[in-house]
Amino acid sequence: MHKYILRRLLLLIPVMLGVSFIVFTMMYFTPGDPARIMLGESAPEADVQRLRDDLGLNDPFFIQYGRYVKNAVVNQDMGRSYITKRPVFDEIAARFPNTLKLASMGVLIAVVIGVPIGIISATRQYSLFDNISMVVALIGVSMPNFWQGLLLIILFSINLAWLPSSGFDTWKHMILPAVTLGTSSAAIITRMTRSSMLEVVRQDYIRTARAKGQKESVVINQHALKNALIPVITVIGLQFGYLLGGAVLTESIFGISGVGRLMVDSIKSRDMLVVQGGVLFIAVTFSIVNLGVDILYSFVDPRIKSQYK
Amino acid sequence: MSIDVKKRKKSGPWREVWRRLKQNKSAIFGLIVILTLIVVAIFADQIAPYGYDDQNLRARFQTPNGDHWFGTDNFGRDIFSRIIYGAQISLKVGLLAVGIALIVGGTLGAIAGFYGGKLDNGIMRFIDILLAIPSILLAISIVAALGPELRNVMIAVGVGSIPSYARIVRASVLSLRDQEFIEAARAVGASDTRLILKHIIPNSLAPLIVQSTIGVAGAILSAAGLGFIGLGIQPPLAEWGAMLNSGRQYIRDYPHMTAFPGLAIMVTIFALNLLGDGLRDALDPRLKN
Repeated sequence: MHKYILRRLLLLIPVMLGVSFIVFTMMYFTPGDPARIMLGESAPEADVQRLRDDLGLNDPFFIQYGRYVKNAVVNQDMGRSYITKRPVFDEIAARFPNTLKLASMGVLIAVVIGVPIGIISATRQYSLFDNISMVVALIGVSMPNFWQGLLLIILFSINLAWLPSSGFDTWKHMILPAVTLGTSSAAIITRMTRSSMLEVVRQDYIRTARAKGQKESVVINQHALKNALIPVITVIGLQFGYLLGGAVLTESIFGISGVGRLMVDSIKSRDMLVVQGGVLFIAVTFSIVNLGVDILYSFVDPRIKSQYK
Repeated sequence: MSIDVKKRKKSGPWREVWRRLKQNKSAIFGLIVILTLIVVAIFADQIAPYGYDDQNLRARFQTPNGDHWFGTDNFGRDIFSRIIYGAQISLKVGLLAVGIALIVGGTLGAIAGFYGGKLDNGIMRFIDILLAIPSILLAISIVAALGPELRNVMIAVGVGSIPSYARIVRASVLSLRDQEFIEAARAVGASDTRLILKHIIPNSLAPLIVQSTIGVAGAILSAAGLGFIGLGIQPPLAEWGAMLNSGRQYIRDYPHMTAFPGLAIMVTIFALNLLGDGLRDALDPRLKN
């Protein structure tokens, strides 16, 4: 098991190098001179050239990329924001807790809603509850979360005045953004849980358990659920990663100071080092979450643990 | 004899799929909505009562009425007409982004699966790298680098979807490449390109069709998301996400400005998902629960 985790961690290195190369290349070819952005449009050309030399922007592409990777890995230095002049790492680290909190609450809401509804729908296939929940789930998947966020603001902030429409300080502030972010994931998890449960309850060992006269609750909770949950865990893990990225839109609607909003603001002010750092940071987190999910499998299913050598 | 031949022709595999799809009412509903949207998009100039950028400052912020079915926006533009022109843009982005992903991802997947070995390993590691970046962030980075225009949004959204198509095609090719009919085609001298294009791809169409249908929905949603944060197709073009974004600041007093573009996105995605689910059940009834 330890060997497996170590191997997976080592495999992360080339993937992260690849991600950094792709993102660095895109930002490198983005129009706009960083030195000009830092000094302002009216700065003399000689000063701009001097700053370009100081920052190493006149070096060949691969030298610049190598220096970026070396600084990021050895010194956790991802450069400085062109606008605020603060280290990119600090800018991201200051906002990451909000993004993580938002994505975690989104996933929590998605799981709390999605898993039980999926199980009940599967155990009562084609019932009224099943039909209604599947239509609602499909609407949930189809509704753009940025629109849903606006509708929630109209209803709960403007008309009923129950919850605030922006900020992220108290639990009251967190409800609307978390629901906005978690709804489509809840719908996906509901559909996945239902179809996974339906697959499992048709297996022979479930028929055997029923034939032995076991109570339906025992059959579902102790025999079916454990096996049905494995693909659901994969989806939950993927959704968590997706929500980290998808938080960009939710943060923008509710004015939350997170990594996503930082990136959007940085794109608009052409602060490309921050954009680059933000994408890398989220990609690393996403990959670590995926590894965590794979490890979690072994606790749910001992058969998988035996394959981790 | 000729009657027999005709009968046999009528019971081809695609007819069987169509027969199953026809029985699924919700899928047919989805198909009708999508076909209607396509017709509306093609004939937007004839159907829309106003141009997408016809401003009338004396008729600003009108709520839905007889002249303006969905009301007007802050420039006095007719929201109904803008929704109709928006269908053109959304469908174009959705179809072309999926086209890009399908061609690039499909080719990469087919090469990886067919040739295997180091080539497969190299291509799949590249796919892993793309997968490590959440697709909306990848799209945002690409648009940031290339600039927010219609063509760049299509590329940005398309690149983010490459991994799914590459994986589906690779899996199909892996399951097909050692089958006897491929061996037979190779024995009669078929080239690798012919094997892939004429024999393998047609046999892996089912999962690709399903993924493409749902992929168009995802692409429309991503493009609208980009428009919503101001990084997508720029005004005055009538893009649904950008319309939502501009209506946002008037949400307190004129909620109709956000209601209709949002509904348009939702109905389109809903219809595509219904059709996608129906196609999956029709193409592979074993998956139907």
